[in-house]
Amino acid sequence: MSARLTVAGLRVVERGRTILDSVSLTADAGEVLGVIGPNGAGKTTLLRAALGLRRVAAGQARIDGRPLAELAPAARARAAGYLPQERRVAWNMPAIEIAALGCADLAAAEARAVARGCLAELEVAGLAERGVLDMSGGERARVLLARLLATRAGLLIADEPSAGLDPDAQFLALERLRQRALAGAAVIVTLHDLTLAARACDRLAVLCEGRMRACAPPAEALSEEILAEVFGLEGSLVDTRAGPTLAARRRA
Amino acid sequence: MRVSLVLAALLLAALGLSILFGETALTFAQYKTAFAHPSSPPGVILFAIRAPRAICAALVGGALGVAGAVMQGLLRNPLAEPGVLGVSAWSASAAALVIALGLGSAAGVVEAAALGGALAAGALVAALAARFREPETLILFGVALAALGGAMTALIFNLSPSPITIAEVLSWLQGSVANRDWRDMAPELIPMAAGVGLCAYAARGLRMLTLGEETAALSGLPMARLRVAALAGAALLTGASVALAGVIGFVGLAAPHMVRGSVADDPARTLAPAALAGAVLLTLADLLARVIPSGEELRLGVVTALFGAPLFALIAWRAARSWRT
Repeated sequence: MSARLTVAGLRVVERGRTILDSVSLTADAGEVLGVIGPNGAGKTTLLRAALGLRRVAAGQARIDGRPLAELAPAARARAAGYLPQERRVAWNMPAIEIAALGCADLAAAEARAVARGCLAELEVAGLAERGVLDMSGGERARVLLARLLATRAGLLIADEPSAGLDPDAQFLALERLRQRALAGAAVIVTLHDLTLAARACDRLAVLCEGRMRACAPPAEALSEEILAEVFGLEGSLVDTRAGPTLAARRRA
Repeated sequence: MRVSLVLAALLLAALGLSILFGETALTFAQYKTAFAHPSSPPGVILFAIRAPRAICAALVGGALGVAGAVMQGLLRNPLAEPGVLGVSAWSASAAALVIALGLGSAAGVVEAAALGGALAAGALVAALAARFREPETLILFGVALAALGGAMTALIFNLSPSPITIAEVLSWLQGSVANRDWRDMAPELIPMAAGVGLCAYAARGLRMLTLGEETAALSGLPMARLRVAALAGAALLTGASVALAGVIGFVGLAAPHMVRGSVADDPARTLAPAALAGAVLLTLADLLARVIPSGEELRLGVVTALFGAPLFALIAWRAARSWRT
């Protein structure tokens, strides 16, 4: 398997405070990698630093084996797509136009065809002509995820792709990302729902206070010890018919 | 496309009205004389006084319409506009400075100062926009910049030795296209054309910015270059407008607002119709300023502010709702 993203010894400092410290990570083609951790653990910072959206104090990120700095904007866009956590859309453009922004490299008609397909994948094809500010937050989130899929990049990074979605749409979103992984992409997602993370991801990278606490398959990454130490939860993953499920409560 | 055609037709009609009507009421016979003999006194009124004035209003309105549309796209804010953000005020202040220093008579100096002031304020706004993401914050900074620009201009007047210059500059600052002839317009066509070119080049960047800075940065478009082009283009258009007609607010706000819905809110496709809408608005506003009976002719900047300020409040009202969600 080839590494789509390699992050080595990443360190991010903001106003004297270390937000990430010596974080290393690899995302291979064909896998879905989950990045989990409590609020403020550094999940978003890790994604942004890996994409070159943020200055790093030390360490390096490579996309498809090439250092970020060597990638021209167009080459980086072909290699990596990003769905930020911030879902604010400035103008009330129709969903189809928003999704088509994912393929700025294609001619308009082609871009719209790709965008239409991606909207259909997320079951919002019926909203194609509706303005994104005239939708519910969840519908808009699906349109923005369709925009990410429309990039057709080999590395797809989604910051909380399930936020604001109903339970069915959460599974749908991760299913579509899984399909992209099966087609050869590397997918990285941050998630807060640990049950969803355990079911949807091949490996989970657990961040805690800017450091990588573990990076392993879900059963290992969500051990009772880590749940207690990192998340402050008392409990464990339980196997059910639907898949692993987190059964836990706050630690007293 | 269709909206642009409609607006172009409206513009032609507005220009026609602007040439036919004005302060001086003409009789039917005089109109006939004017068209038969353009050098006759009625002909001079129509073609040497009113025509350049109407074209000037259309040019300035078009430039401000594009500048407003570009600033709104760049800053992702429906309230952004050269006047609101203080870009016009800084441009005027820089121009007032060179006039007060007695450099105003040299060719191109006032124009260059107006452009420089607009560029400085535009760069400042862009830097602030990158630092503070909330749209409300940016407008507040714009208020501060506009107030500072106005204060600087007032200071220049206070310290200026010549009362004649003051009266001249003051009237110019209130915004007017009165008594403009073809020779006043010619030198501004170059910065205006350059500004339009830069804005057209930046259009696809504005569309991508709909999704926010981060998504745009990773979209594969050369965003740094497009951003600079948009900013420089908007500043050139604003500076040239200020040099030609003084400070005229709210056209840059109203024009994009009027056409946005008919181009499916696409910031890139807003530019052309915003230019036409701005031209129509300012041509009509100037016509209004001329035909409303008053002792002294109404100032164009005053007319646009009377209509524009309530519109600003209305857009703010609507925008505030969407920002909360």
